Amino acid sequence: MTLAEQWVAFYTIVRKEIRRFLRIWMQTLLPPAITMSLYFVIFGALIGSRIGQMGGFSYMEFVVPGLIMMSVITNAYSNVVSSFFGAKFQRFVEEILVSPMSNNTVLWGFVIGGVARGLLVGLIVTMLSLFFTSLNIQHVGVTIAIVLMTSIMFSLAGFINAVFANNFDDVSIVPVFVLTPLTYLGGVFYSIDLLPDFWAGVSRLNPMLYIVNAFRYGVLGVSDVNVTTAFLMVGGFTLAAYAYCMYLLSSGTRLRQ
Amino acid sequence: MAIALQIKGLRKVYDNGFEALKGIDLEVKEGDFFALLGPNGAGKSTTIGIVSSLVKKTAGDVHVFGHSIQTDLAAAKRQIGVVPQEFNFSNFESVWDIVVNQAGYYGLSRAIAGERAEKYLKKLGLWDKRDVASRMLSGGMKRRLMIARALIHEPRLLILDEPTAGVDIELRRSMWEFLTEINRSGTTIILTTHYLEEAESLCRHIAIIDGGNIVENTSMKALLKQLQKEVFILDTRDTISPDLAIEGFDTRYLDEHMFELVLNKGSSLNDVFSALAQQNMVITSMRNKANRLEELFVSLLAAK
Ligand SMILES: Nc1ncnc2c1ncn2[C@@H]1O[C@H](COP(=O)(O)OP(=O)(O)O)[C@@H](O)[C@H]1O
Ligand SMILES: [Mg+2]
Repeated sequence: MTLAEQWVAFYTIVRKEIRRFLRIWMQTLLPPAITMSLYFVIFGALIGSRIGQMGGFSYMEFVVPGLIMMSVITNAYSNVVSSFFGAKFQRFVEEILVSPMSNNTVLWGFVIGGVARGLLVGLIVTMLSLFFTSLNIQHVGVTIAIVLMTSIMFSLAGFINAVFANNFDDVSIVPVFVLTPLTYLGGVFYSIDLLPDFWAGVSRLNPMLYIVNAFRYGVLGVSDVNVTTAFLMVGGFTLAAYAYCMYLLSSGTRLRQ
Repeated sequence: MAIALQIKGLRKVYDNGFEALKGIDLEVKEGDFFALLGPNGAGKSTTIGIVSSLVKKTAGDVHVFGHSIQTDLAAAKRQIGVVPQEFNFSNFESVWDIVVNQAGYYGLSRAIAGERAEKYLKKLGLWDKRDVASRMLSGGMKRRLMIARALIHEPRLLILDEPTAGVDIELRRSMWEFLTEINRSGTTIILTTHYLEEAESLCRHIAIIDGGNIVENTSMKALLKQLQKEVFILDTRDTISPDLAIEGFDTRYLDEHMFELVLNKGSSLNDVFSALAQQNMVITSMRNKANRLEELFVSLLAAK
């Protein structure tokens, strides 16, 4: 296929992916909007006023970046894992597998679909947060870069999950038992300076800590960790996940008998 | 004439160790209407799966219009349209979206995709259903949707895996007509089936596959010639004995009012009746024994 034809194929997947999550917006866009609004009300407004300052900011200002990032991560991941697993489960992934498009086209089509949902939900959550606090983005470049890289990384991870999933339980295991806990413990709600040395050390092993803090640095200008380290880590994980996805596609693992 | 599909020494061992194809060779010329006939579990879908890249081959070569699926897969895929045995489209998408998106996967612009979708959906009687979610279609419509989808990039080779299984007679006829028309306009067609009648009325060449081996590969005419004998079951008015013999014919005693008689190609039913008349035997009824495919398999497998 020529580059122009690959582009058409890529665009076809992206368009279909976006239409899919928009069509089922009650399952994809509404829940994070409701959950995050509740977080803002409870942690930011009700409890936050008693907590006082965190990392030099009001508690509301402190938690908002982490909550936005959490929405981006879970939505990018969930979009790709449920869409690609659904295609496998109903077998219409075969429509793609018999076509001449390249593996890169297939992969990026799904990944950009996931990124689109991650960003859209991130945007919705950001707008909702504006009812509770104001956002003064300190480093626009850092903010955009970390959101993009993170949503790509978790879309790729969702793709890997979908390839190996055998049923719908396997699709929700990672978001529920891995992503959410790690994000909660990754400094969304507190600065790790508050933790005893041992637990602060343990927290530094959690990749989410770096992502949440890099984004917080972009928005508020403060971070518990070195931002360059955060970028290197997200970049490294993204490359590794990409290479593994390409391996899965070219070997046909779990996709071709 | 170019060779549309060439298969050499194709083997498939599934992950569980089952050898579904034991080294098959097959050649289909451009423009042909080719039947791959065989009983359930013979390896038909496995063969098609490998050609369309959904199944990984264990050994052997496949070329589609000269493009190897090993070294030139994208070019090979471009030439092929597949209609699988089982429905494999999204239940929630509309007929229109399914067909138009498939065109997109082949890199066709939405304008061209739209024109072709209209053309094929109309030809296949699905135009009125274009905005309907695919899960609302009847079985026959779903099958036609898959044919429209397979044709959207106008492949030179159309492969259909048991396209008329579970399709009612009327629809089967119209599908046959449609396929004949597509074939006349130059598309090479391969279909798998386990009905000899279907292969007989549509196809010019035929291969018979059984247990992962090709047991016959010939023209339809030559094959039908091989149907040299036909077995009839005859009912008699009078009682017959187990040592019954009719000169010039093989017979087999079934019970005291029924026996089998083998009619070889070349002899006529008149000869049968004059032989029976000589023995003063009165026949009250007579019928064909087995379906012809079964008969064919038995004779082919016995010959190997
Ligand atoms: N994924 C699989 N794993 C193991 N065995 C399989 C698989 N798919 C098919 N088979 C076996 O391979 C043989 C050929 O199957 P198939 O090609 O579907 O036959 P047909 O289409 O002629 O009915 C059958 O015995 C079937 O059970
Ligand atoms: Mg089959």
